[in-house]
Amino acid sequence: MRILLVEDDKDVAGFIAKGLREAGHVVEHADNGRDGLFLAASENFDAIILDRMLPGGVDGLRLLETLRSQDNHTPVLFLSALAQVDDRIRGLKAGGDDYLTKPFVFAELLARVEALTRRSRNEGPQTKLVVGDLEMDLLARNVRRAGQKIDLQPREFRLLEYMMRHAGQVVTRTMLLEGVWDYHFDPQTNVIDVHVSRLRQKVDKPFASAMIHTIRNAGYMLRAEGA
Amino acid sequence: MPAPPPALPRARRIGIASGHAGRLRWPRGLLRSAGLRFAGLYAALFGLSALALVLFLWWDTAALLDRQVDAAIRADAQGLNERWESGGLPALILTIRERLAENIDDDAIYMLVDNTGRRLAGNLDRWPPGITTDDDWYEMPIVRDRVRSLARVHNFALPGGFHLLVGRDVEARVKLRRILTDAMLWAVLVVAGLGGLGAFLVRSVLRGMLADISRTTAAIGAGDLTRRVRLSGRGDEFDRLAETINDMLERISRLMEGVRAVSNAIAHDLRTPITRARTRLEDALAHADAAADLRAAIERAEADLDGIVAVFQAILRIAEIEAGARRSAFSPFDLVPVLGDLAELYGAVAEERGLTFIFRSPAALMLFGDRDMIQQAVANLLDNALKFSPPQGEIRLLAESQGRIVRITVTDQGPGIPEAERARVTERFYRGESARTTPGSGLGLALALAVAQLHDGTLTLTDNAPGLAATLNLPGQED
Repeated sequence: MRILLVEDDKDVAGFIAKGLREAGHVVEHADNGRDGLFLAASENFDAIILDRMLPGGVDGLRLLETLRSQDNHTPVLFLSALAQVDDRIRGLKAGGDDYLTKPFVFAELLARVEALTRRSRNEGPQTKLVVGDLEMDLLARNVRRAGQKIDLQPREFRLLEYMMRHAGQVVTRTMLLEGVWDYHFDPQTNVIDVHVSRLRQKVDKPFASAMIHTIRNAGYMLRAEGA
Repeated sequence: MPAPPPALPRARRIGIASGHAGRLRWPRGLLRSAGLRFAGLYAALFGLSALALVLFLWWDTAALLDRQVDAAIRADAQGLNERWESGGLPALILTIRERLAENIDDDAIYMLVDNTGRRLAGNLDRWPPGITTDDDWYEMPIVRDRVRSLARVHNFALPGGFHLLVGRDVEARVKLRRILTDAMLWAVLVVAGLGGLGAFLVRSVLRGMLADISRTTAAIGAGDLTRRVRLSGRGDEFDRLAETINDMLERISRLMEGVRAVSNAIAHDLRTPITRARTRLEDALAHADAAADLRAAIERAEADLDGIVAVFQAILRIAEIEAGARRSAFSPFDLVPVLGDLAELYGAVAEERGLTFIFRSPAALMLFGDRDMIQQAVANLLDNALKFSPPQGEIRLLAESQGRIVRITVTDQGPGIPEAERARVTERFYRGESARTTPGSGLGLALALAVAQLHDGTLTLTDNAPGLAATLNLPGQED
C-alpha cells in the first residue's frame, strides 16, 4: 500500500514511517501542509495519514477540504492532538474517514489505516460476505459455517459482520467499540473481550479450527484457515 | 492611650491627598458623568415645559383682559349710539351722565365734544391730544382726579361734527400684568431650582444604581471572583442588568474554577504516576543487566504512560463537559435503547464474572441532552459497579421517570461508600479507602457528576445495603 504521511513532528513521523514500512507499506512523508497538499493532489495514494496542526500555512483541515473539493477521495485518517468531541466531528465533517487522537498506540494506527483502504475498495452494497467457509447473508441476516447455520444475537451479528468486512486485518477493541456499538469512549472493563469470546463460542468452538484470532497488544483478526 | 500605629497617619495623608486631587478633577469628571447628562436633560425638559406653560398663561390672560375691555367699550358705544339715534344730543349727554353716575368701579371714560372741541359731557378735563383719526383705538396715559392712569379708548365720529370718546381705565390690567410677570419670574426661579434638585436626584439615583455594578466589576477585574452585584429586589431594568451580570460572573468563576482544578489535578495527580514511570526507567537504566529486564521495564513504563494518558484524557473531558460547550449539541432522544445497549454490553461481562445483571426500564423515556455523554456517564457507573461487585453479587440498572425527573440508578452489592466519604468521591481523583487496590483513574464518578450537572441534573449516592446505589437524576423532556 502507498501511504502519504503528513506530520510535522520528526520523531513521530519517523516512528510511524518505520512501523508502516515494517508492515510492508510504501510511505511518502511531508512535514508541512503545503508539501502534503502538493503530494496528495499530484500522486496516487491508498491512504493519507494527516496531522491537523501543520506548519506552512495549510493545516490539516484546509488540506483535506482542498483535496475533497478537487474530487479526490483518497481515504484520510486524521492523527491529531485535538481530542475534543467537537474537534473530532469537525475532522469527520471536513471529509476525514477516521480520527485517531495522540498519543496513540502504533498497532491501533496500523489497524485503522489498513481498515480504511479496505473500506474504500469495497464500496457499493454487498449482500453476502464470505470468508473461508464462513458465509454471511446480509439480506436474510443469517450466518453459516461449513453449511451449518449459526444462531447469533443482533449485536453478535454486527460484530461478526464488522470482523468479516475487515477479514485478514487487525481490528482493535476501540475500532469494534466505535464500529459496532458506536461508543466513543474507553470503558475500563474488558467489555469487548467478553463479547468476542461469546462470538467465538458460536463461530469457532463447534468447528475444528478457529477463525477469530487474538493479536497480542493489538486486538483481533478474523481470517480463513491457512490464510 | 496607646500611640497609633505609624502606618495609619500615612495612609490618612494619602487619603486626603487623593481626595484633593479628586476634587480638582471634579468639573471634568462631572461633565463626563452620564448621570449628570441625564439630569441636565431632565432639568432642561422640565424647565422648558414649565416656561412654555407660563408663557401661554401669561399671553392668554393678557389677551383675555384686552378682549374684555374692547368688548365692554364696544357694547357701551353701541348703547350710546342707540340713545343718539333715538333722542339726539340731549339724550346722549343724559345717558353719559347717568352711566358715569352708575359706574361703581370708576373705570369708565367718556368724552363728548362738539365740532369746536368744546366739552359737552364726560369725565375727562379736555380732549386728549393725539387722538385725531376717527373710529380708531388708542391706548394713552390720562390724568383723572390728579391721578395718572392708563386708558384704552375708542374715538367715534358722530354726525354734525360731534366726537365721542368711549374708553376704560386699564391701569388695573397693567397692574395685574405686572403681578403676573413677577409671579412668573418667581416661577421660573422655582422651576430652575426644582429642575436642578430633580437633576441632582436623578444623578444620584443613577449613580447609586451603577456604583454597585462598577464596584463589583472592578473587584472582579482585580481578581476577587466571589463578588456579585446586589439586587434591589424591585425586578426593574437595573435588577435585570444585575442578574445578567451575575450570571456572567457565575459562569466566569466556574470556568476559572475548572481551569484551577485542572491545573491542580495536573500538578498533583499526574505527577505521581509520571514520577513512578520515571523512577522505573531510571532504575532499569541503572540496574537492569539483561535485555529481558530492560524490555520488562520499558513495557511497564509504557503501561504507566497509557495510564497517565487515560487520566489526562479524563481530566480534559471533564473540563470540556464543565465548560458547557457541548450544550449546543443537545437534542431530544429516547434513553431506553441507549440503556438497553449498555445493559447488553455490560450484562455479558457481569454474566461472565458470575454476577446477576438486572435491567429494568419503561418502554420509552425521552430526554433532552447529549446522548454520548449520558452513555458515558452510565457506562462509568456500570464500570464501577462491576469493579466493586463481590462474587455472585447483583448489579441493577434501573430507569424510571418520576414526574419530570428521569432517574437512572446503578446498584451493586460491593463494599459501598461510607456516608462520610460519599460527598468526596465525586471530587476529582478522590478514591475511597476500599478503591485503593483496584485500578482506575478515580475520575469515573467525577465525570458522571459533570455530565449530570451539564444537564441541570444531579448525581446522588445512597446506601444499597449492602453496596452502593448511584443515581443520575436528569430533567426529562417535555412532550
